[in-house]
Amino acid sequence: MGNFLVYLGSFGLSFVSQAGGMFLLLVTTLSLTFKPPYRVRHLFKQMEFVGVNSLIVVVLTALFSGMVIAFQSYRALSKFGGESLLGGLVALSMVRELGPVLTSLMVTARAGSAMAAELGTMRVTEQIDALQVMAVHPVHYLVVPRFWAAVLMVPLLTVIADAVGIAGGYLVGVMLLKVDAGIFVERMRDMVEWIDISSGIYKAFVFGGLLALIGCYKGYNASGGAEGVGRATTEAVVIASVAILVGDYILTSLLF
Amino acid sequence: MVELVDLHKSFGEQKVLTGVNLKISRGSLTFIMGRSGTGKSVLLKHIIGLLKPDRGKIIIDGQDVTEYSEAQWQRLRRRFGFLFQEGALFDSMTVAENVAFPLIEHTSLSWREIEKRVQEKLSVVGLLEDRDKYPAELSGGMRKRAALARALALDPEIILFDEPTTGLDPILQVSIMRLIRDTQRQFGLTGIVVTHDVSIAMKAADFIAVLHEGQIVAFGPPEEIRGSPHPFVKQFLQSAFEGCLPEEGSHV
Ligand SMILES: Nc1ncnc2c1ncn2[C@@H]1O[C@H](COP(=O)(O)OP(=O)(O)OP(=O)(O)O)[C@@H](O)[C@H]1O
Ligand SMILES: [Mg+2]
Repeated sequence: MGNFLVYLGSFGLSFVSQAGGMFLLLVTTLSLTFKPPYRVRHLFKQMEFVGVNSLIVVVLTALFSGMVIAFQSYRALSKFGGESLLGGLVALSMVRELGPVLTSLMVTARAGSAMAAELGTMRVTEQIDALQVMAVHPVHYLVVPRFWAAVLMVPLLTVIADAVGIAGGYLVGVMLLKVDAGIFVERMRDMVEWIDISSGIYKAFVFGGLLALIGCYKGYNASGGAEGVGRATTEAVVIASVAILVGDYILTSLLF
Repeated sequence: MVELVDLHKSFGEQKVLTGVNLKISRGSLTFIMGRSGTGKSVLLKHIIGLLKPDRGKIIIDGQDVTEYSEAQWQRLRRRFGFLFQEGALFDSMTVAENVAFPLIEHTSLSWREIEKRVQEKLSVVGLLEDRDKYPAELSGGMRKRAALARALALDPEIILFDEPTTGLDPILQVSIMRLIRDTQRQFGLTGIVVTHDVSIAMKAADFIAVLHEGQIVAFGPPEEIRGSPHPFVKQFLQSAFEGCLPEEGSHV
């Protein structure tokens, strides 16, 4: 019992100190964003890395999720003759939830982990110290471009995921399960409002910032050689994934 | 110029620096010597603000910089050239890009001028051929020389070099040390160099400081150090000059 309390206490302390550290990193990142020199090339490079290179996984995940939802929903809907709602249901699930959440999780796995590994390696090989010694602010050089690349690219990828997911639902619903194409599209138009789409995109902004911040924080504060970099990478992925899901609940219940 | 007053630093339980006092005058070249693991690198990192002392003061040009903020340090650091013991080259950049980095960051030189400077710095450390290689493709000694070229790129006023010649062959050791000495003389730089090589230090140094058990136990010009009565300094120099492999069957 005592041990458990000690464990709980140290967990609580580390949670608070890490959350504090991440908040501080966020403040530093935001305040350095508009400080010259503007590293536009770095930003584009990171946008390519976060966005373009994640495209295939995001498309695949969204496509199959859309297809699965169509199958599952069809089974449920057909019990009371509601097949006509299929299009709306698939689209709503995609744009409100699955689009932003799945995209963010995929980008976390691909790019968030890479940010932690890259910065972690730079930390343990003193490359971050080298930046500092050469009077270059490491957060300005390393974190700012990564943060903004994720904040910009995750919403963009989300829009693509939304579209691809709906296409997947259409594929299964219309081609396979023979729901009338006109009804599928019509119902989708009726049921999905602009706010559904925009709420998903707002979420994606937040998740993008979150995953970059956590990845960068973990890498930036890595220590202990190769093993430490590995630990930082794993923790970045786990924490960012949990944060995205918890954040999703909070955003959904608060805002929409 | 650079003054350390009663500097203390511990990592957890381990006391590394226990009252370092050192005064380095402008335009002089000082060598810091001492056994492996005594805290020479730690000492050097304090002078450029990478580590903060637990106690004591760091004074640069009469200014107490101990409590400087990161922004203040940033301004100050532009005057420094720092060589990390392990080089700390950016592994995502080629040798030439590494050397160009500080120039791109801190000067408004044109590409052509930067290219010229890079060329010049790489040729003095003998790495012109390898300019387009990545750090992972270099040998240890080449990495060190590339890092040296980067540290010199901005023509700093104060150079802090952590073992610039360790891991180089004897010919390179001499030529790199000559390069450091010549640059320092020519531009009147203030230099602090950590080294294990006693004979090179004896030849090149204006002053030698010996770090032992967390303190500077001897400081002075080479001749003075050579005659130092301090038992550790004596032993250190003796091993360096008369050092040969132990006789067969004997143990250290
Ligand atoms: N960041 C750190 N965290 C914990 N301990 C450290 C850290 N940096 C250095 N130390 C410890 O401080 C001591 C001095 O290290 P330092 O690197 O300064 O030695 P050194 O004199 O440069 O040795 P060498 O000649 O082998 O390079 C060592 O015992 C090392 O374990
Ligand atoms: Mg050292």
